[in-house]
Amino acid sequence: MIRLQNIRKIFNAGQPNEFVALEGVNLSIGSQEATALKGPSGSGKTTLLSLLGCMARPTAGRITVKGREITSLPERFLTEIRRETFGIIFQQFNLIKGITALENVMIPAYPKGEKHASLKRRAMDLLDLLNIAGKASAKVEWLSGGEAQRTAIARALINNPSIIIADEPTAHLDTTLSREFMEIMRQLKKEGKTLLIASHDPIAYESDVIDRIIEMRDGTIVPPADGS
Amino acid sequence: MILQRKSDVFFCSLLLGVLLICLMFVDAAVSQRLDWKSSQERRAIVRVLALTDLCLSTEARYTRHPSMADLHTPFQDHPLALDHFPSGAILAPPPHLQPQNLGE
Amino acid sequence: MGAIEKQRHILDFTLATLGRRKGKNIALIVVYTFVICLMASVVFFADALKQEAAQILQGAPEMTVQRLVAGRQDLIPTHYIDSIRTIRGVQSVEPRLWGYYYDAFSGANYTLMVNADLNNHPGSIIIGAGVARRSEPGKPPQTLRKNDLVPFKTYSDTVVTLQVKGILPSESELVTADLILVSEADFKTIFPIPAGLATDLVLKIRNAKELATIAAKITRIHPDSRPVLREDILRTYAAVFDWRGGVILLILSGGFFAFIILAWDKATGLSAEEKREIGILKAIGWETSDILLMKFWEGTAVSLTAFFLGLFLAYLHTFLASPLLFEPVLKGWSVLYPHFRLTPRINIYQIAVLFFLTVLPYTVATIVPSWRSATIDPDSVMRM
Repeated sequence: MIRLQNIRKIFNAGQPNEFVALEGVNLSIGSQEATALKGPSGSGKTTLLSLLGCMARPTAGRITVKGREITSLPERFLTEIRRETFGIIFQQFNLIKGITALENVMIPAYPKGEKHASLKRRAMDLLDLLNIAGKASAKVEWLSGGEAQRTAIARALINNPSIIIADEPTAHLDTTLSREFMEIMRQLKKEGKTLLIASHDPIAYESDVIDRIIEMRDGTIVPPADGS
Repeated sequence: MILQRKSDVFFCSLLLGVLLICLMFVDAAVSQRLDWKSSQERRAIVRVLALTDLCLSTEARYTRHPSMADLHTPFQDHPLALDHFPSGAILAPPPHLQPQNLGE
Repeated sequence: MGAIEKQRHILDFTLATLGRRKGKNIALIVVYTFVICLMASVVFFADALKQEAAQILQGAPEMTVQRLVAGRQDLIPTHYIDSIRTIRGVQSVEPRLWGYYYDAFSGANYTLMVNADLNNHPGSIIIGAGVARRSEPGKPPQTLRKNDLVPFKTYSDTVVTLQVKGILPSESELVTADLILVSEADFKTIFPIPAGLATDLVLKIRNAKELATIAAKITRIHPDSRPVLREDILRTYAAVFDWRGGVILLILSGGFFAFIILAWDKATGLSAEEKREIGILKAIGWETSDILLMKFWEGTAVSLTAFFLGLFLAYLHTFLASPLLFEPVLKGWSVLYPHFRLTPRINIYQIAVLFFLTVLPYTVATIVPSWRSATIDPDSVMRM
C-alpha cells in the first residue's frame, strides 16, 4: 500500500541548527494491516508518520502510495490524496475550538463541495457510530476527554479514507479510554482500513489489534530480531 | 422556513442590503418627482430676483458669492494676508478665476 | 454546483469562527459602518447639492457685468448700460444694486438687494427665512413676522427702520435665506452709493451661442469690465461640490487609508492560535487556496455588512435627518445658515466608487498578509 525507499529527512538544511530526522528508511506497509511505530521521543516517529501521511516531502528518497509515486507531486495533488486516502488523529486531537462537534467532523469535507444535507447526515452517522450523537451540537470545549477523542476519530473518518494515521493517540487518555480507543481501532480494521499508530504506550503497541511493530531509534528503523 | 446554515443567513442579509439600496434608488426617484414643482419654483425665484449664488456660507463675501468674487477679495486686508475664513478652505476659487482660465 | 456548495461550506466555517469573538467583530463592523457612513454622506451631500445648484441656477442671469479697478471689484457706472444695450443680441440690461449688511444685533451678514417692485413701497422690506430667524446670540430665538420693524444702521450713523412686508418661502432658503429686498431709496440711505453707479449689470441675451462674442465686445468697449457668464456660475458650483477634487477627496482618501491600515493591522497580527488553526486545516485536507478563500470571506463578511449598513445610514442622515455633519463645516463663522432639505439623489457610480474605496481594499488587505500563514506546511501541526 505504502512504500518508502531510502528516505532521508533533514530539517533546516545548511543552517547551524540542521537536524537529520530520518536516515536511510526503507519501509513497506501492507493494505489492511495495523502497524505500530514504537520508539522514544526524538526517534523520528512523528516525522515518519507525517511523511507516510503525505504531509511533508522527504529530502531524499521515494514514496509510493497505492502504486503511485507521490514524492514530487505538486501540493494540490498531494493535498487531494491526503484528503481522500488518509484520516489523521492527532495527539492533541486538534479540534477547532469555539464550534460544535458536528461542524468539526464536517470540516475536512468542506473543500470538496459535497451537498450540505448529505454531508451532515454522514457526519451524524459517524457520531452515532461512536456513540456521541447526543453531543453533536455541543461546542468542543464542553466535551470530555473521551468525547473529544471520538470526535477526532469521527473527523478522521468523514472522507472515508482507507488509511488511518494516529499520532500518540493515547497520550492524554487514562487506561479505560486508551483501551476503548484500541477497540475502536479493531472495529475500523475489521472494516478493511489500514492502521498506522505511533505510540510509546504499551496499551497501544502491545494490543492484539497490531499486526506489526516497527521500532525506531535516532532516525532509523531498528531491524527486528526476526529480520523482515 | 427556518434558516439553518450560517451562510444562508448571511446571504439573506446581503439580499436585504441590496434591497435596501434599491429602496434608496426608488425613494430618490419618487422624491425627485415630488420635488419637481418646488425645484421649478426655486429656479423661478432665482430668475425673478436675478440671483447668482447659493446661500451656503454667509461669513465672507467670496464664500457667499463665489461666482461673483474676484481674486482680490479673500486677501483684501493686506497684500500678504492669508484667507482666514474657515469656509474658504472648503469652497475653492471658481474655475473662471483660476490661472489656466484667466486668459479668457 | 460543487463550487458553489464549497463556497457555502467555507463561508459557514468562516462565520462560525467569526462568531467566536462576537464582541470584537461587532465592534469592528460598527467602526467600519461609521467610516463608510461618513464617506457616503460626503459623497451623497456633495452630489445632491451639485445637482440642485445646477438645476436652480439655470435661472441665473445669462451674463453679469462687473467692473474691476486695480483688480478689485468696484461700482459700475450706469451709463455703461447705453453702450452695452446697443450690442447685437442683447435683449435687456438692468443695473443691480446689492451689498452686504452687517447686523450688529445678531452678528450676521445679510445680503441687501434692491428690488424694483419695492420702489413704490419705500420703507418696506421682504426678507428671507434665515433673516426671519434673526435674534441676539445667546438669547432664545425670535421670529420676524409680517409688519415687524427692523432697524438698520446707515453709513451716516443714523438708524432707519423698515417694515417687513413679506417673507420669502422657506423652500427657497438655499438661495434666499439671507436676502433682504429693499427699495432703491432705502438702499441708498443705508449705503453711500452715489447716483449713476450700480453694483453690477445683468443682461438678458437671446441666443446662448452669442454669449462669448458679446462678452468680448463688452470688454473691448469697456476694458475695465468683467463679464461673468451663467456658464461660469454653473461651473463654479460644479467644481465646489465635485467630490473628485479638493477637500472632499481628502476626506475620502482619509477613509480609504483608515480602512487599509485597520485591515492590514488585523491581518498581519495573525495570532499563534490562528496560525495553529490554519495548520490543522491544512493537515486535515485544506489547500492553501481554501485557506485564502476563508480569509476572503472573513474580510468580505465584515466589510459587506458594514457597507450596506453604512450606505443606508448615510442616506438617512443626508436626506432624511438634516445633515448634522455638514452644517458646522460649511457654516464656519457664519451666524446664519439656511435650513434646507436636499432632494435625494443617488446613482450607481457613487456606489461603485464607495465600494472600491472600502470593501475591496479591506478584503485585499485581509487576504494578502495572510498569504504567509496560508502556505504553512501541513506537518507543522504535528510538530507543535
